Amino acid sequence: MKRLLPVIALASLCNVASADQLTAVSFGGAYGAAQQKHMLDPFMEKTGHKILFENYSGGIAEIKAQVESGNILWDVIDVEVIDLERACSEGLLEVIPQDTLPPGDDGTPAAEDFSEAALANECGVGNIVWTVLFAYNNDTIQGGQPSSIADLFDTKTYPGKRALRKRPQVNLEWALIADGVPKSEVYDVLETEEGQARAFAKLASIKDDIVWFDSWSQAPQLLNDGGAVMVQSANGRIFDAIQSEGKPFEMVWDAHLYDLDVWAIVKGTKKKELAMEFIRFATGSKPLSGMPEVAYGPTRNSSYAYVDEAVIPKLPSSHLDEGVKASGEFWADYGESLGEKFNEWLLK
Amino acid sequence: MDNNSLSVEEIIHSRRLLKRKKRLLLLFTMPLLIFVFITFISPIATMLYRSVYHPTVSQLIPQTLVELKRWDETAEQLPDGETLKQFTIELRQLAEQRLSGKLAEEINRLKPGSSSLIKSSARKLKRKSEAELQQQGDQLLLGYSKKWQDITVWRAIKRAGPAFTDSYYLTTFDLQRNSDGEIEQRDTQIYLKLYWKSLKIALIITLLTALLAYPLAYYLANASSKIANRLMVLVLLPFWTSLLVRTTSWIAILQTNGVVNSTLMKIGIIDQPLELLYTQFATIIAMTHILLPFMILPLYSVMKNIDPSYYRAALSLGSKPLPAFIKIYLPMTIPGVSAGALLVFIISIGYYITPAIVGGTEGQMISNIIAFHMQSSNNWELAAALGSLLLALIIGLYWLYDRYVGVNNIKLG
Repeated sequence: MKRLLPVIALASLCNVASADQLTAVSFGGAYGAAQQKHMLDPFMEKTGHKILFENYSGGIAEIKAQVESGNILWDVIDVEVIDLERACSEGLLEVIPQDTLPPGDDGTPAAEDFSEAALANECGVGNIVWTVLFAYNNDTIQGGQPSSIADLFDTKTYPGKRALRKRPQVNLEWALIADGVPKSEVYDVLETEEGQARAFAKLASIKDDIVWFDSWSQAPQLLNDGGAVMVQSANGRIFDAIQSEGKPFEMVWDAHLYDLDVWAIVKGTKKKELAMEFIRFATGSKPLSGMPEVAYGPTRNSSYAYVDEAVIPKLPSSHLDEGVKASGEFWADYGESLGEKFNEWLLK
Repeated sequence: MDNNSLSVEEIIHSRRLLKRKKRLLLLFTMPLLIFVFITFISPIATMLYRSVYHPTVSQLIPQTLVELKRWDETAEQLPDGETLKQFTIELRQLAEQRLSGKLAEEINRLKPGSSSLIKSSARKLKRKSEAELQQQGDQLLLGYSKKWQDITVWRAIKRAGPAFTDSYYLTTFDLQRNSDGEIEQRDTQIYLKLYWKSLKIALIITLLTALLAYPLAYYLANASSKIANRLMVLVLLPFWTSLLVRTTSWIAILQTNGVVNSTLMKIGIIDQPLELLYTQFATIIAMTHILLPFMILPLYSVMKNIDPSYYRAALSLGSKPLPAFIKIYLPMTIPGVSAGALLVFIISIGYYITPAIVGGTEGQMISNIIAFHMQSSNNWELAAALGSLLLALIIGLYWLYDRYVGVNNIKLG
């Protein structure tokens, strides 16, 4: 009977709302394709509901606009933790009751199965661990093989353009680390005026060699068509280009900035229940285990049972020692002021 | 004509007729006027209002702001205990309604770093009862973090209070108010520079389109209609193609291994690819291409209607071709040139898509920063202020133009 109950509940839900449609939003690319394959398609098949899958490029402005106008177009969204913190405390997201999350396939209760960071915020459930690293193109790189973040800033040894995403996040952290600040002290230093000046000065030392881009999808493209010899990128994009297109790219793990992506629900959606249902499904052991296909680590321990052994060394979770955890709190505090300074610096 | 020959009745009658005609005409344009009002005037009015009216903080912590009125922010002293208690009570309520993040965002704008302070304190206050806070809220608050002892945080809270504010306009002029309420320069100087740059880019584009379009329009206007029609299709064809397609095709042309660079390298003119894409140069080139029809069409229509016999007459009266062209033909095309220039200039100064796609950071214009504040930084009020200033700038330029060139001189067809 215990096993039947959810089935009955689900069946009745299907009957009541058989034509229900959900709109989910994520970042597209290989990542979006993996989510479609392992989370959305199985969910649609299992429940009969339809999910429209759209892309966005992050940030909370669009969510804010929808909530404030009361015109909710998105139901479920994939957000970066940097945005989650802010969106949740501004009341743009629904609270997700974490005790309703299903246990792992091996029976471990959700609270123990998920990594701590995955459930740290009451508005989201961890989906993947991903990271921002830099990669180079073996065919175009000159001067050897870069191995540390300092090499990214060394245009003498490794001449050529570097492509970075146009925002202060990650770039300022990298500048400080390349300038000799220990990884553990990066955010403490970046909080001070002198630290910020130092980071900008370091960035300025390679300013003429930087190509700026806006969307992650541009990173592998720039590396491929010769626009840059090194690019900053979400690790999955590079992994996918190597894996499925056989590109001669190489990832450098030094000082990578890792973070989580979570599933969250936009406040005020009329399909809250269905959205919850989807998140419970999508963050189950099996669907999450599909994410390593694009080199993003699952947030549940029980998912690793399904993961190909060969892929595990390529996941960010295998390189945590070399990396830094991106601080959502720091960027909630300084994102705007540093964003402005960054813009001014760019225009100088 | 001699007006005095009409009698008084006749004048009254004709005026009445004219009035009726005008009323009828107004009725015909009514649908358009209503449409313009709903889709154009009222959004602009809302934008103007939004750039000065910002009641968020005064709605979130009204009581605290009342209490803060007693506090002299220029003195080196924290607000009194009553104020702090009131603040904790309101902050607790905000935390319960999940609105503390909103307050944090507002204060953080004036005092970077206070967002986490407010949010973490709000989280802790949520667990306390209101009675408890009435008793010792101030002590609790100061105990949560040393940063609450920082007077500049409280100054920021007080300064964020008023619902009507000029701070966004000050920001657009790269100014700010210091703690004494005096206006001073901000340490970040971007916006004025950007306005200036947008103006410069728009002017260059206008000039380039005029230089390119003038001979072409001249040729089109004087060619046989068969050739002219065929060539006109070539002018219009890109005009009918999607703006996005035309812009992105410039990426293929200008990129490091694009058409231009690989051709130049093959010929042997350069051995290192030139940096063309993501520069101001790319913005100017692509926008000139995109806006060219806006210059060609008015020029063509004006030139088409110029009687060629004037020019021939000048020649037959002994003038040399060039002086005749400058003295006779050129002045007659001024209505077309000015119409095209005004169109291209006004369109290009607020252009968004092309600079965003091919301009990189160097080729950015003011509209890209407005979009940045709408989409990423969530500072809609600042975006509204920047937008209002852009509007004022365009109206001002139009006024200047009208004064010195004359709007009546414009001829579109």
